Amino acid sequence: MTATVVESVTTPIPTPKVVPPLGPVPKVKQPTAAERVLPSGLRVVAVRRPGVPLVEMRLRIPFGGTATGHPARSTLLSNTMLAGTAERDQVELASALQALGSDLTVSSDSDRLVVSGAVLRTGLTDLLRIVAEVVGAAAYPSREVAGERDRLVERLEMARSQPSVLVGEALNQRMYGNHPYARELPTVDTVRAVTAAQLRKLHADRVRPDGAVLVLVGDLQPGRVLDTVEGALGEWTGAGTAKPLPPVPPVPDLPTLLVDRPGSVQASIRLGGPAVRREAPDYPALQLANLAYGGYFSSRLVENIREDKGYTYGPHSRVSHSAAGSRLVIDADVATEVTAPALLEILYELGRMATLPITPEELENVRQYAVGSLAMSLATQAGLASTLSALIGVGLDLEWLREHPRRLAAVTLEETFAAAQAYLAPSRLLTVVLGEASAITLDAFGPVELA
Amino acid sequence: MLDNGLRVLLAPDRASPVVAVAVYYDVGIRSEPEGRTGFAHLFEHLMFQGSANLEKLEHFRYVQSSGGTFNGSTHLDYTNYFEVLPSNALSRGLFLEADRMRSPRITEENLANQIAVVKEEIRVNVMNRPYGGFPWLLLPPVLFDSFANAHNGYGDFVDLESATVADAADFFDRYYAPANAVLTVVGDFDPDEALALVEEHFADIPARPAPVRPDFAEPDLDSERRKSVPDRLAPLPAVAAGWRVPDPVGAYGDYLPFLVLGEVLTDGDASRLEQRLVQKDRTVTQLAAYLGLMGDPFDVRDPTAFLLQAYHAPTASADQVLDAATEEFERLATDGLQRGELERVRSRLLAQVFRDVDPVLGRTQVLASAELIHGRAELLAELPARLAEVTAEQVAAAAATLLPDRRAVLEIVPGGAQ
Repeated sequence: MTATVVESVTTPIPTPKVVPPLGPVPKVKQPTAAERVLPSGLRVVAVRRPGVPLVEMRLRIPFGGTATGHPARSTLLSNTMLAGTAERDQVELASALQALGSDLTVSSDSDRLVVSGAVLRTGLTDLLRIVAEVVGAAAYPSREVAGERDRLVERLEMARSQPSVLVGEALNQRMYGNHPYARELPTVDTVRAVTAAQLRKLHADRVRPDGAVLVLVGDLQPGRVLDTVEGALGEWTGAGTAKPLPPVPPVPDLPTLLVDRPGSVQASIRLGGPAVRREAPDYPALQLANLAYGGYFSSRLVENIREDKGYTYGPHSRVSHSAAGSRLVIDADVATEVTAPALLEILYELGRMATLPITPEELENVRQYAVGSLAMSLATQAGLASTLSALIGVGLDLEWLREHPRRLAAVTLEETFAAAQAYLAPSRLLTVVLGEASAITLDAFGPVELA
Repeated sequence: MLDNGLRVLLAPDRASPVVAVAVYYDVGIRSEPEGRTGFAHLFEHLMFQGSANLEKLEHFRYVQSSGGTFNGSTHLDYTNYFEVLPSNALSRGLFLEADRMRSPRITEENLANQIAVVKEEIRVNVMNRPYGGFPWLLLPPVLFDSFANAHNGYGDFVDLESATVADAADFFDRYYAPANAVLTVVGDFDPDEALALVEEHFADIPARPAPVRPDFAEPDLDSERRKSVPDRLAPLPAVAAGWRVPDPVGAYGDYLPFLVLGEVLTDGDASRLEQRLVQKDRTVTQLAAYLGLMGDPFDVRDPTAFLLQAYHAPTASADQVLDAATEEFERLATDGLQRGELERVRSRLLAQVFRDVDPVLGRTQVLASAELIHGRAELLAELPARLAEVTAEQVAAAAATLLPDRRAVLEIVPGGAQ
């Protein structure tokens, strides 16, 4: 982290006219790692990535549920898990974490609960002891739960005033029907019904080491750290009771949904459809086809509706993965008056992907980008920890990550075309538009349902 | 420094085969001319539209097809452009930055296109969402008087639409001279080779004089100022208060205690205001205290502010929230810190600095702004020691300055009711 200001005498050199070629591809140094499954079933992965004197931690516990009240209970549980234990109250716990330079956060979604944070290298053992105290003896004090319940109601109201949240919920409900993925964000009514006793029971039932994964990345000695973890978390035991969620249903064939949000100055356009899991044979091809379509700045969609037409600030197309199914979602927030022309271009570019192969140059560009951006995302402690935690949580590992550049390198033009035909054809995707409905006309695209 | 005045900062780090290239220009929102609000940011967009040897779209494609990422951002006191690349693309990254420092290609068509894009950026980030621009765009006109400090840095649509190619050419000539910039390269390279590449790409950019930076200073408030803004999309009320602080550069030693103070007040469940407003009074849903309108403690010059912002229950008034905060400031000023409080807050700050600079881009940004704003890239390496020097008395003294009659207050009134 030292820096020097360089001074030098220079002589004029003529203006370069050609963009410099790339040098030889640099070798990625593989970090050392160690892994152990504790007798309790907790899987521990430690990876050495020094750089800054910190350790990143991710403890991931399967947490899906099909009950209507589950999202409310799991959200409130994650928000109050650090509100005190059998031994310490909320402030004592937070002070102890702060002294280690740490700040734990607990979050949950339809699949899992994650306890995450970073700590100064010197405080890792103490942090693990605090984590053990929390997973073993979180108290869910009634007063703290009641206060957080009221705040969660307010935060949900704030979230649902954001167009991105509203349109995301509308799309998920359209895509997933009765599946839990349709209602990831809890309703206010179900939150109001949650009691502290329910949280204590949910914790006892589900915050279990069996099936959980602890990832540690940073300035550490992997082998030694496994012993430290076993020492701190060895007494956390209990059989896992998580049942996998049912697979997501097929995406139904439904008309475009126009959701009215009076006073909107933009239309939030979303298109969603099914995708495949990371380990599927055609996933690398889908990843590259999606990049070429709208997955990075130099894509067809960005060059068309941003850099040519100026309809939007940032259109994106993303493949994301959940335990019970993967999805492809396209988003663009556009000026209300260009809603229909923007949707036309989005569909046009999809149609082009699904009817003609991309060019060899496009394929090489997205391949380079995918390999380079993967390496970069893994070059930080936090990035590597989060990525590993997500992968191991769905049954993949560091080896999958190391091999992925080779899989990307092997993808052919024909394979990207087949993936585009399978997943980017307009007919495979549902459309939802949120905005000032009275100012938006989408009749040109077929039947429209108004909500 | 090159002969044309470009300052060059190299920080090799061979841990990962990645390099970051950043150019920081010493021009930001505060330097925009009247009638051209938002121009610094619009101009940032125009710098991506092609240059001496590159057509439109080529910049993006060259970076990304090398396996890299790019961006730029506009701040009160500077504008930056950066790429993170595999280390075999270092020469290419330097070429791309040098090419637009030499001459960006600004045409009527590209200008019209980017005005449209920026308008959508403002709609998505400000106009179409609740609490848009709260408080970074809404508080400055209450806190400051001069156009430079008070105006909307994202820009008024009328001003954006009035921008011309000639304006852009003038802005470039005036502010984008090599002598008004710092080039920072961090990552996997040999310093001698990198310096040779820097000279190859940048040395022949003609020298132009760096503009003289005006003094943006204005006097502290002598009485409280308040403003309410209706927000028809907001479900809950919110309040922000700002107090002027010592010069972040000229009075760095007096400024740092405010960084610690922000942590003491709102970092985590053990912090003073979390305990008081969230856990005890239960009037507040979310709150934060921090330095700098853009949350940028080390990359802003004088005048700047210490901010407190809170989203609160409709049953509580903004005054209830502010009065309770004032009580806590007074308690801190009178009774000082508790045993261990300074030490644990310092550990947190240190860990946060490390976390910020672990990514090569984060490290590059901190080094670059330290060099541009403070003239001292060493600031980063020295920070742990400087934080260790901050005393409990200094933090208490900082809290004592957060008086009601020195503050500017901005209230968000939900649902459009004034």
